[in-house]
Amino acid sequence: MQLTGAQALIKSLEMEQVDVVFGLPGGAILPVYDPLLDSSIRHILVRHEQGAGHAAEGYAQVTGRPGVAMVTSGPGATNIVTPLLDAMMDSIPLVVVTGQVPSTAIGTDAFQECAITGVTMGITKHNWLVTEAADIPRVVAEAFYVASTGRPGPVLVDVPKDVANATMEWYWPSVGDLDLPGYHPPAAGDPALVRRAAELVLGAKRPVIYAGGGILKARAADALRTLAERAGIPVVTTLMARGAFPDSHPLCLGMPGMHGNYTAVTAMQRADLLLALGSRFDDRVTGKISAFAPDAKILHVDIDPAELGKVRRADVAIAGDCKVVIEELLSALAELGLGDQGQVAAASPAAGRPDVEPWRAQLRRWQEQYPLTYQQTDDGPLKPQFVIETLRDMTPDDTVVASGVGQHQMWASQYWRFDHPYTWVNSGGAGTMGFAVPAAIGAKVGRPEKMVWAVDGDGCFQMTAQELVTATAERIPVKIAILNNAYLGMVRQWQELFYEERYSEVYLSPDLPDYVKWAEAMGCVGLRVESAAEVAPAIDKANAVDDRPVVIDFRTDAFEKVYPMVPAGASNDDIIVGPTEGEGGR
Amino acid sequence: MTGPILGAAGPRHHILSVLVENKAGVLARVASLFSRRGYNIFSLAVAPTDDERFSRITIVVDVESAPLEQIVQQLDKLVNVVRISELAPEQAMERELLLATVGAGGEQRVQVAALVQMFAGTVLDVASDQVTVAVTAAPDTLDDVEDLLAPFGIVELQRTGRVALPKLGSRRRLHAVADEAG
Repeated sequence: MQLTGAQALIKSLEMEQVDVVFGLPGGAILPVYDPLLDSSIRHILVRHEQGAGHAAEGYAQVTGRPGVAMVTSGPGATNIVTPLLDAMMDSIPLVVVTGQVPSTAIGTDAFQECAITGVTMGITKHNWLVTEAADIPRVVAEAFYVASTGRPGPVLVDVPKDVANATMEWYWPSVGDLDLPGYHPPAAGDPALVRRAAELVLGAKRPVIYAGGGILKARAADALRTLAERAGIPVVTTLMARGAFPDSHPLCLGMPGMHGNYTAVTAMQRADLLLALGSRFDDRVTGKISAFAPDAKILHVDIDPAELGKVRRADVAIAGDCKVVIEELLSALAELGLGDQGQVAAASPAAGRPDVEPWRAQLRRWQEQYPLTYQQTDDGPLKPQFVIETLRDMTPDDTVVASGVGQHQMWASQYWRFDHPYTWVNSGGAGTMGFAVPAAIGAKVGRPEKMVWAVDGDGCFQMTAQELVTATAERIPVKIAILNNAYLGMVRQWQELFYEERYSEVYLSPDLPDYVKWAEAMGCVGLRVESAAEVAPAIDKANAVDDRPVVIDFRTDAFEKVYPMVPAGASNDDIIVGPTEGEGGR
Repeated sequence: MTGPILGAAGPRHHILSVLVENKAGVLARVASLFSRRGYNIFSLAVAPTDDERFSRITIVVDVESAPLEQIVQQLDKLVNVVRISELAPEQAMERELLLATVGAGGEQRVQVAALVQMFAGTVLDVASDQVTVAVTAAPDTLDDVEDLLAPFGIVELQRTGRVALPKLGSRRRLHAVADEAG
């Protein structure tokens, strides 16, 4: 069967079971948009290419399948560079197809030409410039394989216009036909190392599981829960792992890091064993690395061998898929006498295990002594934390929450109760402001049966709000809660605490733009909330809308800050619990 | 003539022999990785192998900029990198090529010719007051050649990056640090 390169590309996407593509056409990608008209694939026309990328990320985060975006050459391609970085930092499987000027024009500074494979070399897992129409099915298959296996990540396929127009004889490759001689992600861990890991677990008095986003990527939430329960080990879930272990579980300590709670942060500092599972010792988690968890032995499991020893040398480092390695670890623990109900076989190595109960009792005392706190008064300013707690309590517990980056993100992570995996969609490593709206749209497309709320900041909202036009046009009923404090709040917080309250370029204004009118102009329902009493009724109204997006402009207290806080570069021991302490007590 | 690397290429340098796919842009991917991760390259040589699908990049890396293990693991993440072997300097046969034009007429020309001959080098080009020579040797030997040529007056000098293979006796100890399994 003779097909054009463009037809082969669309057919290849169909073969990869792609059901939705987020994109925006232009000159160089025109040939590919023509056969799209005849395809079963749903195309969602975004208003800016960045929106296509983040929507594809949101889709990927909730479904576990690669998100797909398609844009044209030049500025179309560079507009999607930020989502590629975002997906690279957070290991999100993403396949981006870009149009390119005709092969014969490459290198001539042609109209809308950009050497996008060069630009994105360092922020994709891999990229391809297709030179022959006959290569298209193989390259698409390789792209999906690379994006979704091993440590997931973004890939980019650049297709020159003449290649899309050329004809080829259709075929579909099997895995064996892929031309990837240098790509072999690990799966299982080395059995000898797993045995040593099990011995470490049974020797620890103060163990903590440091669960990262790799748990979710490996679909290992159930395995993690089994391990934690069987061995009685408390769990911290990083920003990327919220939902990987239920917040309501008695062993859950919540989020560690710069704005983590006291118990999660201090548990890691005092631990004698950290089980780092799919986590990467990010600076926002460790604080000053030389002062991080000084007495802890490290068991590090990651599917990316380059993460092992990158930041902190591990005592036992295992390259492998988190789910597979946790299951291997459970078997090794069983061989050492730890039964599947946590019971211990007499005279087994597990019988000599130190009692971890005093450690867990200590953690419970810290939890009682240092809870997250804020004060909402009836007639005082509206507190952002109150909005999030009310929203949490008024929505189904499997609601998907997307967020942007900044104070609202930290409050959402702190005050939401994540009891299900794949319900938290956010930008962690890259810290991409403007992520929430398009990511929420992608999440709703991926999980139409679930309620999807974006918790956004006013600064973030202004960066990508135009995608609500997309949401209205495509009938994607997402809900947006803007915590509008009229500031670039996190920057303001740092200027207040560390720059002597010299506020430089952080004021945005609460009513410029008018968020309600803007929402209405984009076809959404727009609501405004100015006091604590109005919060619940507005959320009720929003929850009742199911045929269009809703935006609620919550006018929140501009002076509220995110606590606890470990100042950048400080030791996690120097955690500031609240505003009456440390720099915050000024 | 094939002793351990000394001088400028001291023990903080390691040689990585990197088998890569012979595809457009692969060298750029390797160079870009070193640049963005802040690893220093001391020298780099790239050439096709006997199998046209692959090329071999020989990289002398500065392991003070980052631990060798980390450099290797990051390199191995490049999809086009097929296999990485570390050649410990004392277990490797290394060669570089040196081309030099020196000021040498009359009597001196004979002296230069005799000198390069001692290093199995050749005279490539001769003019009335200058001569261009080529010497292939281990890097530290070429350092000596440079020193010996200097008194004649070096007009231009060019050295290639290093290529290396494991010594035959130590082949079993060749350390495949990342390959198909990794």
